[in-house]
Amino acid sequence: MAEQDWKSNKRVFAAVSLPTILWVLLFFLVPMAIVWVYSFGENRGLTDIEFSGTLENYKRATEWLYVTIFGKSFAVAALVTLICLIIGFPVAMAITFASEKWRPWLLLGIMLPFWTNLLIRTYALMMLLGTQGYANKGLESLWGGASWFRTLVGLQPLPTWEPVQLLFNNFAVVFGLVYVHLPFMVLPLYAALDRLDRSLIEASLDLGAGHFRTIMRIVVPLAAPGIVAGVMITLIPALGAYLTPDLMGGTDSQMIANVIERQFKKANDWPFGAALSFLLIYAMFILIALQAMRKKVPEVR
Amino acid sequence: MALFARTPIAPLEYSRTLWMRLWVGLVMLFLYAPLFVLMIFSFNDSKRNVVWRGFTTKYYEKALGNDQLVEALVNSLTIAALATIVSLMLGAVAAVMLWRFRFPLKGAVDGTISLPIIVPEICMGVAFLIFFAKWLEWPTDLIWPFNLGAIIIAHITFCFPFVTMVVRSRLASFNREQEEAAKDLSAGEWAVFRDVLIPHMKPALVAGALLSFTLSLDDFVITYFTSGPDTITFPVKVYSMVRFSVTPEVNAASTLLIILTVVLTAVALKLQGVKAIAETH
Repeated sequence: MAEQDWKSNKRVFAAVSLPTILWVLLFFLVPMAIVWVYSFGENRGLTDIEFSGTLENYKRATEWLYVTIFGKSFAVAALVTLICLIIGFPVAMAITFASEKWRPWLLLGIMLPFWTNLLIRTYALMMLLGTQGYANKGLESLWGGASWFRTLVGLQPLPTWEPVQLLFNNFAVVFGLVYVHLPFMVLPLYAALDRLDRSLIEASLDLGAGHFRTIMRIVVPLAAPGIVAGVMITLIPALGAYLTPDLMGGTDSQMIANVIERQFKKANDWPFGAALSFLLIYAMFILIALQAMRKKVPEVR
Repeated sequence: MALFARTPIAPLEYSRTLWMRLWVGLVMLFLYAPLFVLMIFSFNDSKRNVVWRGFTTKYYEKALGNDQLVEALVNSLTIAALATIVSLMLGAVAAVMLWRFRFPLKGAVDGTISLPIIVPEICMGVAFLIFFAKWLEWPTDLIWPFNLGAIIIAHITFCFPFVTMVVRSRLASFNREQEEAAKDLSAGEWAVFRDVLIPHMKPALVAGALLSFTLSLDDFVITYFTSGPDTITFPVKVYSMVRFSVTPEVNAASTLLIILTVVLTAVALKLQGVKAIAETH
């Protein structure tokens, strides 16, 4: 049965559509529209904002400082997505080809951290990466082992171990974002791989292609929609990440969300913050439009 | 490899090869090790968090004796529960609307409903800050639980699209003949909805409830902007604690919340089975 025309049953249509539409309008579109209006305003005194329709805020956003922060956010998000893809793809493969009994549990294993509080996970990682944390302890014992080995073969021992700064730098931000976003990547990849026709892989193997070649030439192209979905689902939140760069980053690892936050809290320049917010939203729209365009290509062919 | 394999490995049994097992094992270690370390050290009798100095539960006593922390936790759970209830209703109704009807501007309505999923948290947080604090001049000194109103509204706005998404994909498998049969047997619209459609949606509703409860409990950024000076939620409180010092108290409180997440997941699993929950994502 096809969809019903709304006119054929107006009463029911009103009952199901009005609550949703009113909610979205009042509590989503109106607040967003206000931000949009703010982005064309300017500060007058401490709390007054005049909506003069100025483009000054957008002009300021093209200053070199902000352009580099945008660029850096994109670079970090892209790097995080790439790492998640490389780590996540084999995991998704393993889940897809696991036995009936194991598959749900492996999936659950990936999803449980996704349900765990983001702040708690970030904090757990901070504990581990701190100068006194286990990552440093592990490296120290490796260093000690190497030093011992050098004396064993008659070389000078290594200089004493200095704790590595693993936290409060760009490395920590990328590491933390990968940690947080990995489940986002694995789940859509799994969904795509699960739908794959296995006889195609068998055919490829039968015809003499190795496993690696089969994966690169058969599995990856067929799973492309899932890969694109995974990339988008990871890239978009990574681009707007606030908490990880704030807690794990150093002074030079600010991402765009941190700059926006500063306009609203410390710098108290709401119109400029609003303009930056909308630039970030536009960036998201462009990404999604690119994905939609990609989707259309096979239909044309 | 021979260690595990009792029967020879078939070409497609990728998950039985040693490399794959090693990889998955390492990824699981990467995902879970930090959480386990955090939980273990909540029982550590040392302020500096790194060396094991014996077992203690004193940080749990301290965390539970910390009025602000308990208040924040109660606030967070209240917000999550209320936001989940409203999100379920709103999300289910929206899913039925999009599934059942054809109407003008449907594409635009559909897109707008899923926008809160895409728009970055920081942008929504900023929007709610201006909307509630400046535009509505929402009072911040109401009595509990009304002082949580703004936060609950914000949470519903970003939770219900997820419910809609999950319920809608479940509705796609609904056999409309069931609905017609019910109507032939003289069931009204409401009776069909209650007795035919809702039972069919149930797995999606359970998954959607779990999703919105955890999303709400998890949210820091939007709450941070929406909350007034006097309302704190658990993530906001933990944030300020982490910001200023790392104490075992945070570990204890975090452990409690992790356990809560696991319990909730277990309840959802008990209700629906592993497969149903896993497949709704």
